[in-house]
Amino acid sequence: MSTATDNIKDTGQLDAWLDKRLDELLPSKLEEIHAQKTPSMSIIATKGTLDWAYPPFILASTAAALGWQVDMFFTFYGLLLLKKDINAEVSPLGNPAMPMKMPFGPTWFRDYEWPMPNLLMAGVPGFEKLATGLMKKTFKNKGVASIDELRSLCLEADVNMIACQMTVDVFGFETSEFIPEVTDYVGATSFMPVARQSDVCLFI
Amino acid sequence: MTNVAEKLDARGMNCPLPILKTRKAINQIKRGEILEVTATDPGSVKDMASFCNQTGNRLVASNESGDGFVFLIEKA
Repeated sequence: MSTATDNIKDTGQLDAWLDKRLDELLPSKLEEIHAQKTPSMSIIATKGTLDWAYPPFILASTAAALGWQVDMFFTFYGLLLLKKDINAEVSPLGNPAMPMKMPFGPTWFRDYEWPMPNLLMAGVPGFEKLATGLMKKTFKNKGVASIDELRSLCLEADVNMIACQMTVDVFGFETSEFIPEVTDYVGATSFMPVARQSDVCLFI
Repeated sequence: MTNVAEKLDARGMNCPLPILKTRKAINQIKRGEILEVTATDPGSVKDMASFCNQTGNRLVASNESGDGFVFLIEKA
């Protein structure tokens, strides 16, 4: 009769003891697990212009250099960044904050902020070629890597590059147009588990 | 004088190239060996410290000289 009561009392005490021990041990244990885990990042790259090609490759290569596991999912115009020859250009259209500075000439000329309305610039035939040339020249002058170089560094560091199969079909691409390092051609469904597991997930 | 096993000239390179080249150079040396990196990117001062902090490699020295910023990194 008294045995049952004792048992319940014991269980209560046991629970209380367990709670106390867990409170003591869990924080350090969780920290240990967290510290041992390889950080990971998933990037969904959706843009194919030269200016927008930089952020995903810069972040991916940097994370990989830090030892992170990096997976990139290229969809829509981002697919163009997987082509063997990257012909990314920059468009001033819809880039109202794009600063216009000249990458050559004397200092006063370089420092001059060109007050050209970007809608006007975008309307001028050949302006994209000019803007692209200027951006490439500026980046080269400043010692910034080319997109090709950044992509190669990503691949060397084992960054996974995954292409969106749907976009490949919709835009009528052939897989032969893309670099052979593309790990997989899949749909969003297959990328979700990768994105879910990652510590950082970015849509660019 | 510290024993430098490998030197990396990252002068003129901008973010994130100095870090990416440093990672590659560190992969080439052995544990305990020192890599000397020279860079001109002012951002590299904080980035190199952060890189070492995150990767466990030891930043033995971080100085500014006439050539730029000079970092000594011991591979962990």
